[in-house]
Amino acid sequence: MLARLPTWARWMLYAAAGVAVLTIVQGFDDTERLTAVTSSQAMLRWAVPIMLAGLGGLFSERAGVVNIGLEGMLILGTWFGAWGAINYGGWAGLATGMIGGALGGLVHAVATVTFGVDHIISGVAINVTAPGVTRFLSSEIFANYEGGSITQSPGTDGVGRFTFPLLAGGDLFGWESPDILGWFTRQDWFLVSDMTGLARGLVAQVSLATVLAFALVPLSAWVLWRTRFGLRLRICGEHPVGGESQGINIYLYKYYGVMISGGLAGLGGAFIASPELSGLYREGQTTGRGFIGLAALIFGNWRPSGTMAGALLFGYPFGIGLRDLDGSASHALLLVNTLALAAVTVWAVRRRRRFDAGLAAGLGLAAAVWYFMSSTVPNWWIDILPFVIVLLVLVFFSQRLRMPRADGLPYRRGES
Amino acid sequence: MALAIELNGITKRFPGVVANDDIDLSVAAGEIHAICGENGAGKSTLMKILYGMQAPDEGTIKINGEPVELHSPAEAIELGIGMVHQHFMLADQLTVLENVILGAEPMRSLGRIDLEAGRRHLDEVGRAYGLDINSDDLVEALEVGERQRVEIIKVLYRGARILILDEPTAVLVPQEVDELFRNVRELKAAGATILFIDHKLDEVLSIADTITVLRQGRTVGTVKPDDVTAGDLAEMMIGSELPVPDAGASTVTSEVALEVSELTVRDAERPVVDHVSLKVRRGEIVGIAGVEGNGQAEMVSAIMGTRTPDAGTLAMLGRDITGASVRERRQMGLGYVPQDRHREGLLLAGPLWENTALGHQTEAPYSRAGWLSRPGMRARAEHVQADFDVRTPSIDVSAHALSGGNQQKLIVGREMVTEPAVLIANHPTRGIDVGAQAAVWEDIRAARADGLATLLISADLDELIGLSDTIFVMLRGRLVARLDPGTVTPRDLGAYMTGAAVEAGTQ
Amino acid sequence: MNHTLARRVMLASAAPLAAVVIAVVLSSIVLLVSGSNPLAAYVDMVQHASKLETGVDIFNRATPLYLAGVAAAIGFRMNLFNIGVEGQYLLAFIVAAHVGALVALPSALHIAVILLTAMAVGGAFSGAAGVLKVTRGVNEVISTIMLNAVAISGLAAWWIVEWQAGGEIAATGGRVGTEPIDDSGLMPDINSWLEVFTREVGQGKRLTGMLVVAAVVGIAYHALLNRTVFGYDLRSSGANPSASHVGGVSPKRMVVAAMTLSGIVAGLVGMTELMETGYYPSNPITLLGFTGIAVALLGRNHPVGVAFAALIFAFLDISSGILQISGAAAREIVEIMKGVIILTAVIAYEVVRRVREREEATAAAEAMATAPAGAP
Repeated sequence: MLARLPTWARWMLYAAAGVAVLTIVQGFDDTERLTAVTSSQAMLRWAVPIMLAGLGGLFSERAGVVNIGLEGMLILGTWFGAWGAINYGGWAGLATGMIGGALGGLVHAVATVTFGVDHIISGVAINVTAPGVTRFLSSEIFANYEGGSITQSPGTDGVGRFTFPLLAGGDLFGWESPDILGWFTRQDWFLVSDMTGLARGLVAQVSLATVLAFALVPLSAWVLWRTRFGLRLRICGEHPVGGESQGINIYLYKYYGVMISGGLAGLGGAFIASPELSGLYREGQTTGRGFIGLAALIFGNWRPSGTMAGALLFGYPFGIGLRDLDGSASHALLLVNTLALAAVTVWAVRRRRRFDAGLAAGLGLAAAVWYFMSSTVPNWWIDILPFVIVLLVLVFFSQRLRMPRADGLPYRRGES
Repeated sequence: MALAIELNGITKRFPGVVANDDIDLSVAAGEIHAICGENGAGKSTLMKILYGMQAPDEGTIKINGEPVELHSPAEAIELGIGMVHQHFMLADQLTVLENVILGAEPMRSLGRIDLEAGRRHLDEVGRAYGLDINSDDLVEALEVGERQRVEIIKVLYRGARILILDEPTAVLVPQEVDELFRNVRELKAAGATILFIDHKLDEVLSIADTITVLRQGRTVGTVKPDDVTAGDLAEMMIGSELPVPDAGASTVTSEVALEVSELTVRDAERPVVDHVSLKVRRGEIVGIAGVEGNGQAEMVSAIMGTRTPDAGTLAMLGRDITGASVRERRQMGLGYVPQDRHREGLLLAGPLWENTALGHQTEAPYSRAGWLSRPGMRARAEHVQADFDVRTPSIDVSAHALSGGNQQKLIVGREMVTEPAVLIANHPTRGIDVGAQAAVWEDIRAARADGLATLLISADLDELIGLSDTIFVMLRGRLVARLDPGTVTPRDLGAYMTGAAVEAGTQ
Repeated sequence: MNHTLARRVMLASAAPLAAVVIAVVLSSIVLLVSGSNPLAAYVDMVQHASKLETGVDIFNRATPLYLAGVAAAIGFRMNLFNIGVEGQYLLAFIVAAHVGALVALPSALHIAVILLTAMAVGGAFSGAAGVLKVTRGVNEVISTIMLNAVAISGLAAWWIVEWQAGGEIAATGGRVGTEPIDDSGLMPDINSWLEVFTREVGQGKRLTGMLVVAAVVGIAYHALLNRTVFGYDLRSSGANPSASHVGGVSPKRMVVAAMTLSGIVAGLVGMTELMETGYYPSNPITLLGFTGIAVALLGRNHPVGVAFAALIFAFLDISSGILQISGAAAREIVEIMKGVIILTAVIAYEVVRRVREREEATAAAEAMATAPAGAP
């Protein structure tokens, strides 16, 4: 029955179900943090860099190049983004961040495509190199700015905000449209108002950079599956020699893919350095989000919408953790974990995967015991929750994924 | 008659080898022109040059009378040349349509592909040449024959008038070959020029209008099929009669060396090996015929121990080995010649002396009590090199530097030198030159005389019939026929392999 | 034979040499552009490094880098990417510090207990990633990255609170961290070994005893890999798992073994600091694991090559300290140099590999041609 719904409707349904669970669960912990508007907004902001890194990974891996250097490109994006934003304003910062990341992508492309270096090795080398480059550049440039130092820049400028018309009462050509979601939220109906409140948080006063980032999801899907460019890029990840025999310049498209990859990661980095998240460049501020982006890509089965879902899922605990001073929301999340693991158990039982079922049930039980034995959880728990989710998702679903067939494999022109 | 293709003095050198040495070739428009030669004669290189995938070092190319220089397949396609590769160039996870239109996409605005137009054109091409295919299927769902049709459509879609078919029959059974030949004749009738690469002489004689023979990178001659016999062609190809596999007098004993009973292997519930039982006696060669993908690979994995069977038992020299590890089986004397020597046979980047020990590294003289013996490994490698005629500058070169035939001789040598009791020979002569092929046959024959029990899996039906003492046909995971190589013909075998003939004489 | 050997050595060293030269050239350009005198900077660095005390610092720095490099190299030899050295060594560090503080033993035994604890923790944590790979198909690159976060932000962050040293220590020494280990658990320095060859080491510098452990690890790594059947199994499984499998080597077992071994060595990385200070501080030396990966790449996973690579990185780190004082250039220039060295090295290795492959193919083809024509 679900399968007959259009994709967007199915996603909406999943989201609604998720919110319903969160709403009920948080009641036990006497917190509203899980579905608070601030939480959904924080989730959005934290998801953006992960998602952009993931989309970056998508273009690279669809072109057959594994890009573990995303973290390094993200770092380049933070530095160049901050530099551009400080000197030329918020939009310029996004652009320079993109260029910085794309330069990292170019290095990766030269190493892997032209010289045939192992993709992981090149990526590791870029991750080692990027912080060195930004450190040096900071010592030469930011250290001379007022309020800057070797490890951080002065504050950056951001871009404007935007409220969607009709949904959240934004202006439409000067006309102040009705605030439909706001109206529902004010009615204080159980569940419905919670959901609309959350939804309104996602469409009211959002940064244009966030809007841009989310617009890139359908755009990526369109480019990859509807255009000639996308088809030719994808053949590089599926069967490059076949593409070559049909007259496609595989090297060229691999370069495109890896550089777009770097550019998107760089955009993600610029977003981190923008006032939406940090408001400045600081050393070490990417905290492995490039890697989580890669995990979001894998979680999303190498598809844009799945990557976005993964980014939101992984961004959510980050967003919650930041504001959860008394630990009650983190505690409530434990129960969510329990329920999710219970769902996995049911799934595994129905597929007669006994080991999976046992594992999921055991982990779920552990989470449940922890939940009932404690009233708060230490804050390191929510810090590592996204990583734990990634691990669990991979543990249970790795074997069901379909990566591009030639992803990560070397390719040399004329050597078939 | 006008010439579609004219090659003059084509020379192509690779490190240490001259793949094409001053080759001339003239192909008339509208004919089926076969290029013959054994593995390594330079056929594929020549075709890659003609298709722009490799640039010749010397020589000129004329297409339809015009001199051209080809730097990429795109330029060849532009000139109406299309190539159907021996190894399919299809992306499994893309649809038939996406595979076909790639590189010649019908466009709409904004860089979008006009999928509808592509689908229409594809269907037209399919109808015009009697090639039926569903354009929205994923390629991974297609059978071998269908994939080949997609490859041909791919080329026709681009309006190619000159088609290069690189060993198109290699993956087909005789009945599918008939179907392919019908398609090829239709193409010719529609005015296409066809270059047909093959080394199966009977096929060449039946389909070609003209035959050019290559040997060691040179043109030996161009003949008409009516003027020559298969024997003449063989002499042109290799300078002598083609070697014929021949097992000689039976050496079968009554002592069972390998016994497979009710072996079953499942792949996601579906049995891919289905209650297979067979016995191989000392001094016997048991052949397994079958279209690839009918469970042979899984059966071999189960016998080798790399895959756990779901049911059934295995016994070697009277001992149950169903639960034994690969290493235990190897130490008991189970030898293996893999189907894909790059994947399962060699450490390509490792030196030959390390490769010689592979699979037997726990045994003397390669090691003692867990410590490797370099002198032992090197001495054994020298011994294999000399006794099995592995042509190499030294045992220190990496395995990838050797030709396919020499790599295969190394593998066969390293297995034989340990004097195994049972040998699993999985396509032992695939893709190697006739010299190496004859050597491998001779090695197996000699070991058989010494009491080796061999299970021979092969797609080369002549090889199966020539070497085996008994032949089983494997279809959909089951042994569906037991045949006497003394009386069976390749065509009979093909009928059993495709299920056209009903079961006969199985246990 | 000798001729080819000389050629091999030349080819093998050409790549890292080229990498260093390119790094020097590029960083000189960067320095010139930023208005510094590169020559003055290099002279300062080399002069500084030639001092005995600086040399001790360099070796103290190179020791953990070497261990991290060997840890990564063990994975690489199996075609496994253990990106988790970082998390493994920090986790092993804190647990070993805690266990070491709990027990009171004679010195040699005490040290052994601490080192073995660290190795066990590192091995178990890394082996877990191996188990996930072979049983659940989880790519080790992703899982070790995730486990890094779990180890550092999770377990270590938790335990440092749990195992916090008592109030009086925090008050007197101003040290925040785990309880200090008794002196019997600390490794003596080996200054006396060094002083056999040189003068007395001044400035209170102490050459770490872990250098000896690192040397032993290097030798053991070499012997295990190249002299034992197990090493052959490991290398063959890494080079071609399918071929190795039909040859009797279970690829799954090898993956778990390699990851565990890698983690065991990774566990020792933090011991250089622990054996010196006796406790796990709130700000331990980090990033050794990630740098170790670079060291392994530069050293081509060879026990001696990795040692050279570790020394080069340690030299850059330590000798650049002088630049802050002399002001000849920003010391951060060495970060660029490290990056350029590693990037150019991996590219140069690939180019050299291809040149060698082509030469071998040529030689083999010539052997074919000169052999008597016409097989039997």
